[in-house]
Amino acid sequence: MPNGFVYEFLFYLFGLTAIVSAAIFVTRRNAVAAALWLVNTMFCLAALYIMMDAQFVGAIQVLVYAGAIMVVFLFVVMLLNLGLPPSVADIKSKGARIIALVAGLAMLAELLVLARQKLPAELPWLPRETSVTTPITEPLFRTYLLPFEITSVLLLVAIVGAVVLAKRRS
Amino acid sequence: MNTYAALMLFQHAYDPQAPVHGAPWLWFSIIKILVVFTVLMVTIAYLTLAERKISAWIQDRHGPNRVGPRGLAQPLADGLKNIMKEETYPSAAYSPLFILAPVMSFIPALITFAVIPFAAPLPTPWGLVDMSIADLPVGFLYILAIASLGVYGIVLAGWSSNNKYALLGGLRSSAQMVSYEVSMGLAVVAVLLLSGNVSLSSIVASQVATGWYFFPLLIGFFLFLVAAFAETNRLPFDLPEAESELIAGYHTEYSSMKFSMFFIAEYSNMTTASARLTTLFFGGWAVPFWTTVDTAPWHWWKTVITLVCFMIKTGFFLFLYMWIRWTLPRFRYDQLMSVGWKVMLPIALCYLVVMAGAILALDAAGVAPSARFGDFVPTYWAILGVLNIVLAVLVFVVLDRGRLVSPASARVGPSELAELRAMATRGPAPAQGD
Repeated sequence: MPNGFVYEFLFYLFGLTAIVSAAIFVTRRNAVAAALWLVNTMFCLAALYIMMDAQFVGAIQVLVYAGAIMVVFLFVVMLLNLGLPPSVADIKSKGARIIALVAGLAMLAELLVLARQKLPAELPWLPRETSVTTPITEPLFRTYLLPFEITSVLLLVAIVGAVVLAKRRS
Repeated sequence: MNTYAALMLFQHAYDPQAPVHGAPWLWFSIIKILVVFTVLMVTIAYLTLAERKISAWIQDRHGPNRVGPRGLAQPLADGLKNIMKEETYPSAAYSPLFILAPVMSFIPALITFAVIPFAAPLPTPWGLVDMSIADLPVGFLYILAIASLGVYGIVLAGWSSNNKYALLGGLRSSAQMVSYEVSMGLAVVAVLLLSGNVSLSSIVASQVATGWYFFPLLIGFFLFLVAAFAETNRLPFDLPEAESELIAGYHTEYSSMKFSMFFIAEYSNMTTASARLTTLFFGGWAVPFWTTVDTAPWHWWKTVITLVCFMIKTGFFLFLYMWIRWTLPRFRYDQLMSVGWKVMLPIALCYLVVMAGAILALDAAGVAPSARFGDFVPTYWAILGVLNIVLAVLVFVVLDRGRLVSPASARVGPSELAELRAMATRGPAPAQGD
């Protein structure tokens, strides 16, 4: 298990950067800048995964979130706001603000409860001889094959639904 | 104990054929990073000259020949010019991203090279040094992940310039890269099926053992090649900077060194894509028909020969990039999209199913990947290769030119087309009402 000063330093570096970027992300008014701060958070999370020896998850984090989903987000944001510092539709009414506050407090409470949970004293470490993909593919394609395939059908249904909605409008 | 004895003791603690570890590993990594970065930058500088020389050769001209002997100092002069030029900042540009964008296109292009194995391991007194900066266990996924980030620089350059042409260039490039990334990823899953591992060093090792993958994965290789052209925004896929429509596309507002960084990014993307093609389909650093060089025990001359071999292969693909640039015209935008989504993606999907089935069938029939027919031809390799040739013929029969890329006449009805053709042979019909 990797330990020592360098490991700890990198953990706090990436952890703090992730949190600070996330905070900046929610406070930006410029949607494109906000999206980029979110990308930065994703990168820090990927780095943290890799430090935990979950290299496959780290690579997928970058590939799927930073590389695919955020690019599509950016694409849409750019099409929506062609001007400079665009005025994103802020929540203006008092009722909506109260709802947002309550939801935020609920999430904070959830976080605090989770933070107080005790972790198992020793986390199981997989032997290094196995390939990095095996610990993920084994359960995914053997133990949980049916739920996995059902999820993919769900995604297909969502895509078909989106196409139908887009066609109806035009 | 004197220094010499200490050194000897130090040397004996390490086996030259076992992987290097500890402090020497760190030093070797730093040296490798510096050397690879320098070599890459010099290569890119000279690729600009090569591009101009090759274009001149194809068009029967001389090309740059004034600076230095035979124009060899031209990249130096270009670099100097770009540094001395005035930098312009458009007043309406969003400056943080305007400055960040060239950097964001430049960095992903360079860091992909970190995982590519460029030669056989080098034995040193401190142990065996891998000839790749970092042989990640997920090397292949790392390449895909970093390749998908290249689009940010271009998109942000287009958006932050606050210029209509630049924005259109940025939008085009993001649509193009997202479209072709999918088929690129699917095309190389077949490589993983054959090699059974995602680390690049083991992909090279299994190609040494069972034959290079370009033949058993011929269609996959072709799909990857096309997608690599699209991902690097090179002709015939250079719509993001189509001069005739968009001035210079996403970098219209950039000048001096910031423009130069986009240029460097393009060439380093090309180099990386060529190295990727070499590693995944052409055996990486492996020397053909010479197994002694490609396998352990390692020696420094093996490292040198394999390095030269890797450079020759990568150089060939770089030449191919330039050759195609000066041969083929640019796609139209709708053609680009239909090739990506209606042709490449379905082919890649079907191909994956067929190859997975074939590999499963071969495994079930008990054909070992290392088995050789008549002591020379690898059986597995040959069977899959023949299957690919059959598939390729089928694909070409189904997709003749008129369907693959809708011709300029696609939106014209057959009767109108006949009329147009008749007009072309006898000149324009007399205008009505005269």
